[in-house]
Amino acid sequence: MGDFDMFGVDIRTLVPLFVAVPLAAALLIQLITRERQLLSGWLTNVTMLSLVLMSCLAIGGSALYHLGGWPSPIGIDLRLDNLATLMLLVINTVGLAVSLYSMDYMRRYTATGHFYSLFLLMVTGMNGVVLAADLFNLYVFLEVAAVASYSLVAFGCAHEELEASFKYIVLGSLSSALILVGVALVYGITGTLNMTQMATRVAETGMDAPLLLAFALFICGFSFKAALVPFHAWLPDAHPAAPAPVSAMLSGVLIKAIGVYVLARLAFNVFGAGDSELSLLRWLGIVSMITGGLLAAGQNDIKRLFAYSSISQIGFIVLGLGLGTPLGLVGALYHLVNHALFKSLLFLNAGTVEYATGTRDLRKLGGLNQALPVTGATSLIGSMSIAGLPPFNGFWSKLIIVLACVEAGYYGFAIVAVLVSIVTLAYQLKVQRTAFFAALPKELPALLSKPGREPRLMSLAMILLAIGCLAMSLVVLGGLRDPWLIGAAQQTLSAGPF
Amino acid sequence: MIYSLCLLLILVGLYGVVASRQTVKIVISLVIMQHGVHLLLLLIGYREGGSPPIVDSGQALTSFAGLSVDPLPQALVLTSIVIGLGVLALMVALCVRLYERYGTFDVTEIRRLRG
Repeated sequence: MGDFDMFGVDIRTLVPLFVAVPLAAALLIQLITRERQLLSGWLTNVTMLSLVLMSCLAIGGSALYHLGGWPSPIGIDLRLDNLATLMLLVINTVGLAVSLYSMDYMRRYTATGHFYSLFLLMVTGMNGVVLAADLFNLYVFLEVAAVASYSLVAFGCAHEELEASFKYIVLGSLSSALILVGVALVYGITGTLNMTQMATRVAETGMDAPLLLAFALFICGFSFKAALVPFHAWLPDAHPAAPAPVSAMLSGVLIKAIGVYVLARLAFNVFGAGDSELSLLRWLGIVSMITGGLLAAGQNDIKRLFAYSSISQIGFIVLGLGLGTPLGLVGALYHLVNHALFKSLLFLNAGTVEYATGTRDLRKLGGLNQALPVTGATSLIGSMSIAGLPPFNGFWSKLIIVLACVEAGYYGFAIVAVLVSIVTLAYQLKVQRTAFFAALPKELPALLSKPGREPRLMSLAMILLAIGCLAMSLVVLGGLRDPWLIGAAQQTLSAGPF
Repeated sequence: MIYSLCLLLILVGLYGVVASRQTVKIVISLVIMQHGVHLLLLLIGYREGGSPPIVDSGQALTSFAGLSVDPLPQALVLTSIVIGLGVLALMVALCVRLYERYGTFDVTEIRRLRG
């Protein structure tokens, strides 16, 4: 059954490995290399590299893997399709850059073996969520990723980190409970957990009142995970409190893999949501865009500013999804990939700034371009991308979302999207101007003459992500209806129920 | 009737999470809420007077399916309880660490993060 790709690899055999490989590596680190920091780090990097290569092999393929050989409605399935491939590529590429970065950054922490294990468990959970073909396994993988992220936020064990993690874990458990009630309801109504079977039964009965209740519960639960605005309270605390590589992972991929991705999958492929249901997503997106953007502009902590900016950018993605038109979906998925790249890049930049200067407060920083050339250059690329300046990738994805709004007849939303882009530009310029371009404050020069302020692997990770941003701006030349990535994923979503 | 009791249990838990000031009480309320959800899941698979979902030797599968309760929700609840235990352990550990740092369980005093 399974497709064979150009190297003659059966894609079906690859599917379980996306979950098994990082899980095994996490265990291996605990068993063998826990005390050896360098070895644990390299093991993580090799694992992430192999996952990236596997994701590349999976491009264009589709496969259904039956766990334990049980046939479809009875057993547990893992399903790989175009949308899943896109998400796997994003998760694992950002994961590779982040694990490279951690090699140098995590030197100042103790117990790094635990850090790498938890990091790999988080990747396991996210890959599992993307591949799961039934709702309950999706829930289980989601919890794996979430529990790993709760403990990673608290990793430093200082006052703020524990407080943020407690807030995160309470709200996270609440949302998980909502999701589980939704799973129970849907199982009670349709009598199945398999998403394909569920989609056919939902299509037969149409969206009646109990199904709408279940859908509403899912929207609430996954909006918590994606930090859309009425449900966002945990994000601005949790993301800045975590160590920089973890912030990059949380803001860059976690909120998309276990939030936005699942929302899209459920809305389009399982429930086949109509316009009235999608309008909910549109409004959530719009409110998130505005609130996140305005709050970001008022922040002086770099990481907190980027965290609020994540809320705002997730709003763009969800707005694109909520339009439900093919163009809107392309814009949303394109922006999802772009945001994963530039937001993780910006968080890594913020981490390097903190690593070198010991502070994240914009009021105490300045003139870092001379002292941290790589960070300065890459953060300029990241900032310009997220702000949506023309040659960069963020411009194209935002442009497509605005055009999709106009095409669907929502002129008000298009105007709001343009205005929020301008706010984005404003707060990114604030970061660039005060931290990287202004004159060096008196206290900093002594700090910055010390060697090793911008370690090699950290620079390499940032350069990698910056190249990713630039490469993604070239995708638009291919007309975006490309048959192998974003266009293909968009087709998966607009195909309606499985 | 019994479904509404489940809902009540979930709402009691929710009220506890929102209204308590102590970290430990919040954790306990979350556990109550979780178990309300577990009960709901179990009820969905329940059937009045159903037999346990174990196939006797020689029993035809169709007649078995007509008699027994649905075993799937039971498996789900079991999994979910295990996950809940893991999260609970982490939450309690966080409460202990928070007490070490702040010297209090009161969430109104644990607030350094603002904005």
